[in-house]
Amino acid sequence: MNNLLRLEEGVAFKVNDDPWTLVRDLENQLPTGPLILPLALWLIRRIEHHPSRDAVWLGPDDEVESLKPWLKLIPMIALEFPSFRDGRAYSQAYLLRTRLGWAGELRAIGDVLRDQLSHMRQCGFDAFAVREDKCAEDALKGLVGMSVHYGRSAIEPRPLFRRR
Amino acid sequence: MYQYDDYDRALVFERVAQFRDQVERFMAGALSEEEFLPLRLQNGLYMQKHAYMLRVAIPYGTLSARQMRTLASIARDYDRGYGHFTTRQNMQFNWIELAQVPDILERLAQVEMHAIQTSGNCVRNITTEAFAGVAADELIDPRPLAEILRQWSTINPEFLFLPRKFKIAICSAEHDRAAIMMHDIGLYLYRDAAGQMLLRVIVGGGLGRTPILGLQIREGLPWQHLLSYVEAVLRVYNRHGRRDNKYKARIKILVKALGIEAFAQEVEQEWQHLKDGPAQLTDVEYQRVASAFVPPAYEPLADTDLDFGTRLTENPAFARWVARNVQPHKVPGYASVVLSTKPGMASPPGDVTGAQMDAVADWSEQFGFGEIRIAHEQNIVLPDVPKADLYTLWCLACEHGLGCANVGLLTDIIACPGGDFCALANAKSIPIAQAIQARFDDLDYLHDLGDISLNISGCMNACGHHHIGNIGILGVDKNGSEWYQITLGGSQGKNSALGKVIGPSFSAAEVPQVIERIIATFVRYRESEELFVDTLQRIGLEPFKERVYPKSLEVVA
Repeated sequence: MNNLLRLEEGVAFKVNDDPWTLVRDLENQLPTGPLILPLALWLIRRIEHHPSRDAVWLGPDDEVESLKPWLKLIPMIALEFPSFRDGRAYSQAYLLRTRLGWAGELRAIGDVLRDQLSHMRQCGFDAFAVREDKCAEDALKGLVGMSVHYGRSAIEPRPLFRRR
Repeated sequence: MYQYDDYDRALVFERVAQFRDQVERFMAGALSEEEFLPLRLQNGLYMQKHAYMLRVAIPYGTLSARQMRTLASIARDYDRGYGHFTTRQNMQFNWIELAQVPDILERLAQVEMHAIQTSGNCVRNITTEAFAGVAADELIDPRPLAEILRQWSTINPEFLFLPRKFKIAICSAEHDRAAIMMHDIGLYLYRDAAGQMLLRVIVGGGLGRTPILGLQIREGLPWQHLLSYVEAVLRVYNRHGRRDNKYKARIKILVKALGIEAFAQEVEQEWQHLKDGPAQLTDVEYQRVASAFVPPAYEPLADTDLDFGTRLTENPAFARWVARNVQPHKVPGYASVVLSTKPGMASPPGDVTGAQMDAVADWSEQFGFGEIRIAHEQNIVLPDVPKADLYTLWCLACEHGLGCANVGLLTDIIACPGGDFCALANAKSIPIAQAIQARFDDLDYLHDLGDISLNISGCMNACGHHHIGNIGILGVDKNGSEWYQITLGGSQGKNSALGKVIGPSFSAAEVPQVIERIIATFVRYRESEELFVDTLQRIGLEPFKERVYPKSLEVVA
C-alpha cells in the first residue's frame, strides 16, 4: 500500500516499500504478492495449521471475536474506516489489543485522516494507510496528539487517576 | 469548585492549539467542509442560520464569578453583547466569527473552561441539578462523580465517533431535578443502610424524535465501578448502535430493539472483562476530586432573620419572589436564589447580557462564596445567600432585569433558540414564548395558577424539552409555513411522563389563545389548590380538547 505510516517503539515514519495489496473485490483475479483479504476469502485460502501468507481485513460490521481461532496464523490485521466518522474500528482495535491479545501489526485502512490518527494510535493501531489523496508526511503530525489522556486506552491501561 | 491541576490545564491549552491549527487548515483549504465539520462540532462550534454559534461547556452547571466575568467579556468582545443559557446548563454565543474562535477558546482556557464535546457524536457535557451541594433534600453531593465522569469522557479516543450524541446526567436528591430519565445514561446516587455509595443506572432515555423514558439497567452498583460500567455501556453502543439512519442512532433505539434484558446482558458480559480492573475508581481519586467540593465556610446564622421577616410581611412583591424564587438550603440561615432569565418581552428565555453576567458575578461574591449555577430550566442560581441579604439582592436583581418572580410558573418558559437562529428549526420559538408571556402578564393570576411548566422546541430535536413540559409546544413545518403542535401532561422528576398531543396544530397567532383556553379549562375544573398536572391527571385530555377545538377556531387538519 502507498501512503503508509508506521509506528515502531514510539517513533512514527513513512513506509515507502510496503509489500501488501488490499483486496476488496472478490470477483476479480487475485493479484500476486502478499494480500490483505476479507475474512471470508482468507478462510478459503488458508492452509490448515500453517501460518498464512495473507493478512485479513475486517469491516466495521465484522466481529473481531471471529478471528480468535486464527490469530496465531495471521501475519497482519487491518480494520476499515468506511468513513472517518464511523468509530466502530476504535472499539475493534481496543478489543483486539486488550482482550484478544493481538500483538502483530494493526493497520487502519479506508478513510484514514490526519486529525484522527492520534485516537487510532491510542486504541492500538500501529500502522495507518492514509487516504491516498492526502499527504502522508503532513498526516505524520496528527500522530502526536495530546500529552494528557484522562482515560485509559489500549496503549495505556491505567487511567490518569492511577498515574497522577 | 474543582480547580485545574497541571494535567487539566495542559489538556485545554493543547486542545486550543490543536483547534487553532485545524481552523487555519480549513481556512486555507487543506481541510474540506466535511472533514472540518466533526472537528469544529467537537469544539462546540455550529453553523447556524446567520453565523457560527459557539457552545461553551459549563460542567454540571457550576461557574465561578471569574468564569462568569469571562463569559461576559466574550459576549462583549466577540458577540453582540449577550449569551444564551441552554437546557443542558451550557452557554451559547450566537454571533461568532470562525477566525476568532481559537482566541475565544484561549480566553476560556485561562479561566479553566472549554467547549470540548459540547457537540458532535460523543459524550456531551455531564449535567446535574443546579442545587447540587446545597439542596435541603440532597442525599450525596453528585459533583465529584460528575467531575470524574467529565474527565473520563473528555477526548476518550474510543468514543469520539459514536453513532450519535451521548448525554449523561447524575442526581442525588429526593426530587430528581436533573431529568435523569431523559438521558442516554441517567445515574441516581444514594447510600445503602451501611453507608456505601451506590448507583442506580438508567439507560436509553431521551427526547427528540422518539421520546422515551429511560429504563433501569443496574441497581446498587458500587460507585467504584462507575467508569468501568459506563465504558461497558458505551462499548456495546459504539459497536452495535445503528449508523444507517441518524434518527435511529441514539442508544434508546438500540435498547428498544434488543429489549432492556438483552441489552443489559450484553453490557454485563462486557463489564465482566472490565470490573475490578484499572478503571476501578480509588478512594484516593474520589477524595482528591471531592476535596474541591467541600462546603464553603458558612457563618453560623440564625435560621430566622428579623429584618427579612419584616420585609416579607410588608412587601408583597418581595414575598412573592421569595415564595417562587428562593429555595431551602441545608445550612440554617442560608437560602438558594433563582434569578429568572424569563422577564417576558424584555428578553428571550435564557438570554443574558454581558452587564447582567457581570452583575451576577458581583452578587455571587457579595452575597455568597463566588459560586454560580446554571439550571437546566435556563435560570441562574446563587446557591449560598444569607436570608438577611435576600431583600437587598432582590432589589438589585429587579434593577438588572433578573428579579422576575416567576420560577416554576407558566411564564418561566423553557425554550430553544428556535428558527430565529437555529439551522435545524422548523419554526420560531422566541416570539411564541414572548407572545405567551405578554398574554399572561398578571403576576397575581400566575401565582394563583401555581406550578405549570411550559416548554417550547422549534423542531423534533426537542432542545426545549417540550415532551416533558406540562404544556409542550413543538414547532412543525407544513408546506413551508410554521405551525405549532401542543402536548399536555408531560412532567419531569421522579414522576416523569411524556406529554400527549391534543390534536391538529396551530398557527403562531393562535397559540396564545390556545394556551389561554387550556388554562381556562384548568381553572374551571381545578379543585382548591390543585396543581395543573394533577387536575389534568384527574379529568383527562377531553375537557381541554373540547375547549381548545370549538368550531369557531380555525384549525388545519
